[in-house]
Amino acid sequence: MTAFPSAALAAMLAFGGTAMAQQQAPGLAAGAPEVQSAAPEVGAGRGGANGQQPEASERHSATGHPPGGDREAIAPRPPVPVAPITAPPPMTARGGADAAEAELQHALRGGVIQGMVSIPNQAAGILIQPEGRDWREFRTRILTIAGAVLVLGMLGLLALLYLWKGPQRIEAGRSGRSVERYGVLERVNHWMVASSFVLLGLTGLNITFGVHLLRPLLGPENFTALTLGSQAVHHFVAFPFTLGLLVMGAIWARDNLPTWVDVAWVKAGGPLAKGHPPAGRFNAAQKALYWFVLGGGLLAAASGFLLLAPAILDNISLLQVAHIVHAGMAMLMIAAILVHIYVGSIGAEGAFEAMATGRVDYNYAREHNGLWLEEKVQDAHRAAAASPAVARAAGAD
Amino acid sequence: MARLKFLCDSDRCIECNACVTACKNEHEVPWGINRRRVVTLNDGRPGERSISMACMHCTDAPCAAVCPVSCFYGTADALVLHDKDLCIGCGYCFYACPFGAPQYPRIGNFGGRGKMDKCTYCAGGPQQDNTPVEYLQYGSNRIAEGKLPLCAEMCSTKALLAGDGDIIASIYRERVQQRGYGSGAWGWRTAYKQELSA
Ligand code: HEM
Ligand code: HEM
Ligand code: SF4
Ligand code: SF4
Repeated sequence: MTAFPSAALAAMLAFGGTAMAQQQAPGLAAGAPEVQSAAPEVGAGRGGANGQQPEASERHSATGHPPGGDREAIAPRPPVPVAPITAPPPMTARGGADAAEAELQHALRGGVIQGMVSIPNQAAGILIQPEGRDWREFRTRILTIAGAVLVLGMLGLLALLYLWKGPQRIEAGRSGRSVERYGVLERVNHWMVASSFVLLGLTGLNITFGVHLLRPLLGPENFTALTLGSQAVHHFVAFPFTLGLLVMGAIWARDNLPTWVDVAWVKAGGPLAKGHPPAGRFNAAQKALYWFVLGGGLLAAASGFLLLAPAILDNISLLQVAHIVHAGMAMLMIAAILVHIYVGSIGAEGAFEAMATGRVDYNYAREHNGLWLEEKVQDAHRAAAASPAVARAAGAD
Repeated sequence: MARLKFLCDSDRCIECNACVTACKNEHEVPWGINRRRVVTLNDGRPGERSISMACMHCTDAPCAAVCPVSCFYGTADALVLHDKDLCIGCGYCFYACPFGAPQYPRIGNFGGRGKMDKCTYCAGGPQQDNTPVEYLQYGSNRIAEGKLPLCAEMCSTKALLAGDGDIIASIYRERVQQRGYGSGAWGWRTAYKQELSA
């Protein structure tokens, strides 16, 4: 019986205990102590010396034989394959990927070289993303050059306009009477949007240009401190800005719907027209600005929030797109708002008080928003006819 | 001065992740950040190959070009290192890097992502060499001790080579000549604008 010696050994291991087996093992060096180490006997901590070994589910498995059975006389034959297995081609003949070629192809037609990783961050499976090169081109060249041209160019144009034409006066002079143009909600909301936009613009421009303009002046440490702070401002002020935009969308949309009057206003020459073509509460230029800042602002906000919480997209190519939309929109809006700020402050006499006090001069309203003034006056007349007491409060005084 | 580079011989890499483990352990890289990772292309299909990838220390590094606070600097051995005290965690270097090397401790949180972390080529950071502050921020500085990166040293098949670009390129070429095949140096075209044909 070939199976006997190993079966006997298994029995010894199972019932005799390993410590005993070791002590009685033949071949101990002469003079070696019978007990080889002072270590406690196996199992001593689990129920005493040479305690019963725990039941194994497969008692015989230690020797590697099927329980109780005789081994098969002949080892099982491997199944005959249905289709003959051909030897794989030698490594030298496999051809396959060429690193430089693969990188060139992906660089030319875009798309990432994607594989598999065994770590939880599956996004790390992207081996090479050539789009980073295009994004770098946008960030370091297109954005900085176009941004500088837009912002500086617009400032220069406005300065020229101011020197050439000076502020646009109220032609008929001040009447001394004023008419209500913006309510409290409209003004508070406008200034919330305006102040947050200025903060967002300045802190954003610092991200774009600060490294060229401020870092050499302040030194690296101070510039980082400034940028960390202004970045926090940018991230937090984003919320009141977005809220204010939504409120603007709710309260001013109806008065900004395009009408035939706007077409006539543009045909007459818009802001360059001789005299003042008639306009409703907002003229076509104001309406254009309104829809532009509303749409562009919401686009900038949406892309900004995606940059703020990169885990939402979790996709590097889409994050690059979000950044391009955000930064591009930001530069366009800054240029547009510069015009708006110019007209709303020093460009047009009598405009600023509309947003500051809520009331504009009667003649300003007649010249800039004549149709709207007529409507207001008619409303006041109607109210006066109904109840003379209200007339003084609602009408011009 | 040497021009230090990485080269992964993807015909040797067996995706054992020894380089990844060595790196994490050597620098005590926090949970969730992997300065080095092994990417397997065509997993389970013909032509499968694995490539160990980390920061390649690019020539004309894109990360350095886009950083809005300019916190990257180059060493005499042409390594691309960065100063964590200057980083604002904007994520731009991650958008620009072709190899996904920059990592952030707090990705997905509102506001900053924390200081960017990436492979330093075992060369630490701008702090005094081999000081506790340097270790805390960047991990150990083996280069200052005259040693090469631990990932390559630990590589079980010597697939990952680190060292002077010309030397590791010639080692790789010799291998390809001996065995008769090789898929080239992954990332070299993108990182160094150089193709390594055997
Ligand atoms: C309304 C929500 C907004 C959010 C959530 C937002 C968020 C962001 C984020 C996350 C960045 C990336 C840089 C960083 O992390 O600091 C950024 C960059 C920038 N933002 Fe905003 N932003 C918003 C609105 C605006 C607006 C209205 C402007 C324009 C006035 C603007 C101008 C910029 C600029 C110029 C950059 C730098 C782009 C670059 O140089 O790469 N942002 N913004
Ligand atoms: C920070 C400087 C700003 C100043 C001095 C300013 C000034 C003004 C003034 C005076 C008006 C009233 C014009 C009138 O009714 O005749 C006005 C209206 C308006 N503002 Fe501003 N504003 C500023 C920023 C902004 C910003 C950042 C936005 C939006 C992003 C904005 C959006 C509007 C809109 C939609 C109107 C109503 C339509 C129009 O007049 O174009 N303003 N602003
Ligand atoms: S691999 Fe990425 S992080 Fe490293 S130098 Fe190149 S661009 Fe920068
Ligand atoms: S995350 Fe840090 S290192 Fe990267 S670009 Fe932004 S500031 Fe520079």
